[in-house]
Amino acid sequence: MSEFPPLTFNVPAPELRPGDTPDFSGVEIPRAGSARRPPVDVDPKEIRDLAFTIIRVLSRDGEPTGDWAVELPDDELVEGLRHMMRLRAFDARMLMAQRQGKTSFYMQHLGEEAIACAFQKALYKGDMNFPTYRQAGLLIAQDYPMKLMMCQIYSNAEDPNHGRQLPIMYSSKEYGFFSISGNLSTQYPQAVGWAMASAISNDTRIAAGWVGDGSTAESDYHAAMVFASTYKPPVILNVVNNQWAISTFQGIAKGESGTFAARGHGFGIPSLRVDGNDYLAVLAVARWAAERARRNLGPTLIEYVTYRAGGHSTSDDPSAYRPKEEGDAWPLGDPILRMKGYLIRKGIWSEERHTQAEAEIADEVLAAQKEAEAIGTLSSGNAPSARDMFEDVFEEMPPHLIKQRQEAGY
Amino acid sequence: MAKMTMIEAIQSAHDTAMERDERVVVYGEDVGFFGGVFRCTAGLQEKYGPTRCFDTPISESGIVGTAIGMAAYGLKPCVEIQFSDYVYPAYDQIVSEAARLRHRCAGDFTCPLVIRMPVGGGIFGGQTHSQSPEAVFTHVCGLKTVMPSNPYDAKGLLAAAIEDPDPVIFMEPKRLYNGPFDGHHENPVVPWRDHDLGEVPEGYFSLPLGRAEIRRPGEQVTILAYGTMVYVAQAAAEEAGIDAEIIDLRTLLPLDMETIKASVVKTGRCVIVHEATRTSGFGAELATLVQEECFYSLEAPIQRVTGWDTPYPHAQEWDYFPSPARVGRALQQSMEA
Repeated sequence: MSEFPPLTFNVPAPELRPGDTPDFSGVEIPRAGSARRPPVDVDPKEIRDLAFTIIRVLSRDGEPTGDWAVELPDDELVEGLRHMMRLRAFDARMLMAQRQGKTSFYMQHLGEEAIACAFQKALYKGDMNFPTYRQAGLLIAQDYPMKLMMCQIYSNAEDPNHGRQLPIMYSSKEYGFFSISGNLSTQYPQAVGWAMASAISNDTRIAAGWVGDGSTAESDYHAAMVFASTYKPPVILNVVNNQWAISTFQGIAKGESGTFAARGHGFGIPSLRVDGNDYLAVLAVARWAAERARRNLGPTLIEYVTYRAGGHSTSDDPSAYRPKEEGDAWPLGDPILRMKGYLIRKGIWSEERHTQAEAEIADEVLAAQKEAEAIGTLSSGNAPSARDMFEDVFEEMPPHLIKQRQEAGY
Repeated sequence: MAKMTMIEAIQSAHDTAMERDERVVVYGEDVGFFGGVFRCTAGLQEKYGPTRCFDTPISESGIVGTAIGMAAYGLKPCVEIQFSDYVYPAYDQIVSEAARLRHRCAGDFTCPLVIRMPVGGGIFGGQTHSQSPEAVFTHVCGLKTVMPSNPYDAKGLLAAAIEDPDPVIFMEPKRLYNGPFDGHHENPVVPWRDHDLGEVPEGYFSLPLGRAEIRRPGEQVTILAYGTMVYVAQAAAEEAGIDAEIIDLRTLLPLDMETIKASVVKTGRCVIVHEATRTSGFGAELATLVQEECFYSLEAPIQRVTGWDTPYPHAQEWDYFPSPARVGRALQQSMEA
């Protein structure tokens, strides 16, 4: 007989489920401007606190404050807002297109627009992102043609992926956007490897890996962290903590203590935790990490604290596992409204201009959609040829595939 | 030409590739300073520096995952998995990523990558140092799978694999590293220096992937084999006094079906030998292809001689390893049918 009582088994659970009233009053949100900005060559052990706080720039009043406040020209501030608005408008149209049966599937960014849109502004041409399925903002912020994104979503004859991939699994080497896999976290060691290659080649380009809170549990995430800590390549390791992995709250991947950013410290990697709904904070932190990478100081881990306001995908109904009102109660607010408020206070934006911009953007998105739909949608039958599916398995088609293509009737 | 072991030939293939193309980088567990537990990368770090040949953490998914990123960048990584038995943590990266990258983005990114790994038993390696997992790679579209049986082929095929624009799984039968082995474990080891195929050019050369080689021309029965089993098949044919034509496949995918077909049409009989477990093994694919392509030439049922469908045993190694006697019995059965 043991001298100890019987063991019990711990399964973390979120505080709120459907029917509960969201209450984030107990969640401590650090004051904007309260986190210091260390030098980029800081010893990681001196900034452990920055992995537990939330770096915020835009105050509740919509004023940039503190060490991390970035001075941006007015046109870049407006451009940042417009990128987020465009991503949201794009999502709305494509969600509707999916509901109309024009494609099979879609994944939106609602509430998370600031992260990829702002991050991309810290990169240079030639740098490479290894994104997940929720970073289309990286393309939008570079004015990648929306029509091409839609052609991919519709798997039509001009889809750059030739209809071979699920909607939103974009790829663009030219725009520094690595082919999205759909498998989780596999891109994380790839980002580290790309950055290792850049360092091996004495190049100046840097890489950025992306992963969600849930997928940090994958062994590939940890393999990437080990390789990043060993070789210190120029890579920014982004963790988008949007609180929910489909129906699973972040406490299942992380456990009930610590933060995702804090895990970087186990690897000796400088790690920051930032308000993901604050465009200026995201940009400031991304620039800090990018400068570290460019100065050969090695990897940085960034946790973006945000909230997935929409469903995981068009196949998901969040009302089955979380309170409907939770997103509205989320204490970090809406990234577009926060940026808009700041620009209005600054006197470079107004309600009228915002409404006008919304209309312009809606027109742009609609025009792109019309062009894409003129080429075809998944349901309209103008897909790339079935003969094409046998291409690109290898650079040169081996005899057995030529035979199978003939058997398929092509 | 020089006399080389298979290990020296593989080392030499790395060396010439690294000399010719600065994009070639070589890494894996114990690969750098020490030169690999089997010495296949000996001296490369000293010659090319630690940025082109280095040690890695013990993380196969990390090794292959980073190599995919490097290949996408434009380097040509050639990585070592210390034993094929350890490759499984990297399987997702190989199957879902390396193998499909070119296809899923229509060639926007590609993955020229070689993943080397010692395979097979006969060294008292037990279940974790003896497996032959070729079939878990030949089943995956987008991968090429190669298994040389001698130093000459090992060097030429590794050179071609490194130059290939797509991912290649390069399997090295570790029992052949130091000499050919015909399954007669009671006999002294024959070194490669006493074998014709231990003669290897010192400089660069390559052998095309996808071509089999007839090791022993014959008229009565075709034996399809690769790796260590090529020598077991040779011993079996000689001991059974059967005029077998022995085809060393060398590349399993793409498969040289023309050579196989020409032989089976000629002999009308086919025995397939591999060391891996039988069920859903590569022999099943070979048997089906022979049946599809050569049915009306066949005069006997196709025979398979393989490892048993059990984990690779330690003490019972020689009861597991396909012996010349087992292959000989299959040849007799094929002839008597």
